[in-house]
Amino acid sequence: MLRLAPALIIALLVLPVGAGLAMVVLPAFGYLPALGGDRFSLAPWHTLFAQPGLWRSVAVSATSGLVSTALALVIVVLFLAASAGTSVDRTIRRLVSPLLAIPHAAVAFGFAFLITPSGLVSRLISPSLTGWERPPDALIVNDPWGLSLIAGLVLKEAPFLFLMSLAALPQLAPEKRLQLARSLGYAPTIAWLKSVLPSLYPLIRLPVYAVIAYASSVVDMALILGPTLPPTLSVSILGWFNDPDINRRFMASAAAVLQLGVTLSALLCWWLLEQFIRTLTRRWLLNGNRQQGEIALRMIGRSGLLVSSVTALAALVGLGLFSLAGFWRYPDLLPQMLTLDHWTRSASSLSSPLLNTALIGLIATTLATVLVLAVLENEHRQHLQPKRVLWLLYFPLLVPQIAFLFGLVVAAESLGIRPQLGLVIAGHLLFVLPYVYLSLAEAYRRLDPRWLQVARSLGVSRSMAFWRVRLPLLLAPLLTAFAVGLAISIGQYLPTQLLGAGRVSTVTTEAVALASGGNRRLIGVWALMQAGLPLIGFMLALAVPRLLSAQRREMAS
Amino acid sequence: MPIKRHSLRVATTATLLALTLPAMAAPDPSDWQDVVTNAEGQTVYWNAWGGDTRTNRYIAWVAEQMQAQFDVDVEHVKLDDTGSAVARVLAEKQAGNHDEGSIDLIWINGENFAAMRESELLYGPFAEDLPHFSLTNASENPEVVTDFTLPTEGYESPWGKAQITFYYDSAQTETPPQDMASLLTWAQANPGQFSYPRIPDFTGSTFLKQALIELSEQDDALYQPVTESDFAAVTAPLWAYLDELHPHLWRSGRSFPDSGPNLRTLMSDGELSLAFSFYPTDAAVAVMEYELPDSVRSYVLEGGTLGNVHFVAIPYNSPHKAGAMVLANFLLSPEAQAQKQSLAMWGDRSVLDIDQLDANGQALFEQGERHPSELPADALSNTLPEPHPSWMTALQDAWLERYGVN
Repeated sequence: MLRLAPALIIALLVLPVGAGLAMVVLPAFGYLPALGGDRFSLAPWHTLFAQPGLWRSVAVSATSGLVSTALALVIVVLFLAASAGTSVDRTIRRLVSPLLAIPHAAVAFGFAFLITPSGLVSRLISPSLTGWERPPDALIVNDPWGLSLIAGLVLKEAPFLFLMSLAALPQLAPEKRLQLARSLGYAPTIAWLKSVLPSLYPLIRLPVYAVIAYASSVVDMALILGPTLPPTLSVSILGWFNDPDINRRFMASAAAVLQLGVTLSALLCWWLLEQFIRTLTRRWLLNGNRQQGEIALRMIGRSGLLVSSVTALAALVGLGLFSLAGFWRYPDLLPQMLTLDHWTRSASSLSSPLLNTALIGLIATTLATVLVLAVLENEHRQHLQPKRVLWLLYFPLLVPQIAFLFGLVVAAESLGIRPQLGLVIAGHLLFVLPYVYLSLAEAYRRLDPRWLQVARSLGVSRSMAFWRVRLPLLLAPLLTAFAVGLAISIGQYLPTQLLGAGRVSTVTTEAVALASGGNRRLIGVWALMQAGLPLIGFMLALAVPRLLSAQRREMAS
Repeated sequence: MPIKRHSLRVATTATLLALTLPAMAAPDPSDWQDVVTNAEGQTVYWNAWGGDTRTNRYIAWVAEQMQAQFDVDVEHVKLDDTGSAVARVLAEKQAGNHDEGSIDLIWINGENFAAMRESELLYGPFAEDLPHFSLTNASENPEVVTDFTLPTEGYESPWGKAQITFYYDSAQTETPPQDMASLLTWAQANPGQFSYPRIPDFTGSTFLKQALIELSEQDDALYQPVTESDFAAVTAPLWAYLDELHPHLWRSGRSFPDSGPNLRTLMSDGELSLAFSFYPTDAAVAVMEYELPDSVRSYVLEGGTLGNVHFVAIPYNSPHKAGAMVLANFLLSPEAQAQKQSLAMWGDRSVLDIDQLDANGQALFEQGERHPSELPADALSNTLPEPHPSWMTALQDAWLERYGVN
């Protein structure tokens, strides 16, 4: 059974994505019999290329993906270099995992309200410092360069890359490397950058690629923060697929294929950048310079992640304020009155979406965790090196959602699989599984094999050793992986909406439907609900191991 | 050989059965009692825009009534864009799912209806057989059987009325503009305080049509398919007007709000001083919900504004057509229409010919005192009809061509 796990997991992930892509590629070349397209042609591409602003959309998608990833990576790396072992480090570690749990859309809403000309920041300094009685007419959110989109993406990507780095670091024994470098006279930050980073980067490369793929094709954040004339490619595609002029589907499909190309090109760009930087820094690594730039790097390193985390938290506070606000005139910093109306009015419609969200999240994440454990345990028992083919696990993360989901709906319909809860769960599994794997694999492989050898030498069977020794020892990373999985599931909008035909309502689908009505107070309520659920997951993941270990200590004494 | 012939017969019978089954699923609307009996116990998935809590609340009320009165379970599938429901039915047709569709009723009108009709994605005709349909007095009120100039031919049933209504903060603006020309002068005097939703948004596109009707003076052409007239010539005054207006809009016209409701949020933030909505009661409702200050007042332009009727339609592959028809009929009942019109519920205007109702029916529609932010009762008498739907698409494309890249 266990031996089948890798094949099963890859089939589960690759087949749906492949089928979805096929159902998009065919109409992209004119084949869609339901609309009378029964011959292959390049017409959809001609129409696509004639769209005004197409290349600007492409450029904004690619650059916001690359720039936001680069910024987030620099922030995380410099923080790790400058703060290892400091008290800032401990505070941030506590702050960051809840931030990872908050869905992108919720952060985007909160952030937009922070920085918009009538937002919290502007209210804070008006009219006292600025003299503004009315909000200034300045284009900040939705700026044509995608700067606010990039900033919003950084807020969410930095915590992710930070956690992935923390998971990978222990196996490099950074303390020893640092000690050695320090004894040779290197300043602390420089020492970290020169002795730890070159070994760390290969370990977090895959998460970085996943971030680029995500950021270059993101829909929800781009809708809220991104440019509008023209929007990013992913947002245009969504509009074209939903256009009442049904013939636009041909062009939309071609655009979805183009999006795949844009994401792959962004990945290629990054790869070239990696090569370039490697050559560029080879000299620097070996030049023996021990102090130069230490102070500047340390300053940037300590503040960068702190600023981005505090911004994200402030965004949430803004949402909270709005969910309680009565009338709130500019430039008042606080609403004229506070009211629970928005919460009580939403309360009646909360129960079924909450139940669905919990059900889908728990089932999808449990399935994902079981499958990932099976693959890892199989690898361990067969003494396999992590297989190259496991790259395929990341297929659903590297292929943009918008490129294959519309096709997947058609594929499922053709197989007679009707939209329902089960299909939504299967859809979530596509995205939950890779993240669970990403968060668990390193800890699993790193576990000292001697624990199990001791157990086996005491006559315990392999499966007993797995259940009684390995799982309890891995409880903490297991629960974190579970919480990450839950958070990913809860944040999914497009898969839930498309695969459930809108019938399966979750807090996220409700939040997005209400967002189209533009009522900030209600958006505040639902975004907080959306952020609160995964937060509970993360708190449990932190609390349960502590409780259990306290219990065990009691039993021992 | 006999065995083969036998299996052939079985196959033929099965095919015939399969062909007749969908027909059985769609009872004849002219035999209403049969429809009601068939509907019992069905679950109707009603796909309707879910961006407004008041609409959602009304639909929840309808669902309760349907359960209690007809034993029909109504599930509101909340959409952020009606186009996605059209796309869903299309995907099902593409995959050959002709009788197990996932949508039973869609809130729809205009270009979405035109598109679904053209691709034969709708079931019908059924609307004119609904028992309550006669209450609309369609012969006197042709707008309930006309959707953007297209005859509905019984493929959709009316349930509400919308009309462009402007609103402004009377604490900041004393005399709001009454036509397109004075809107331009007003915007020049109050730069950055007016805008319209970004095309292809529905409300934004309606603003373009409103402006075109007033500026072009070729109204007849607008009610024919766009291919029958010289688009460039008819629309030239509109583009000249917008070229002049845009620099004085919010964000100097370099960015536009993303939807109709978003205008309201910007009013609420104090970024705009003048806005408009498709729902005449929108401003009053927003005041009641603390979104706008109580100094906000509503009005309609002097020459009248665009108005239309919104409908519900049944996709061709809905498995619960009986339930959907009972629901469409209930939506036309005086009881449901009066609930919908009340400000405390939603505030959407009725499609019934209220003067023709009996005394009990008329009494249902009597409301208390007018909300100060609401329109005066007679303000909506001057309704301009919607142009042919092809104009909407053509205008959207032309707008994106001109202003879509800044």
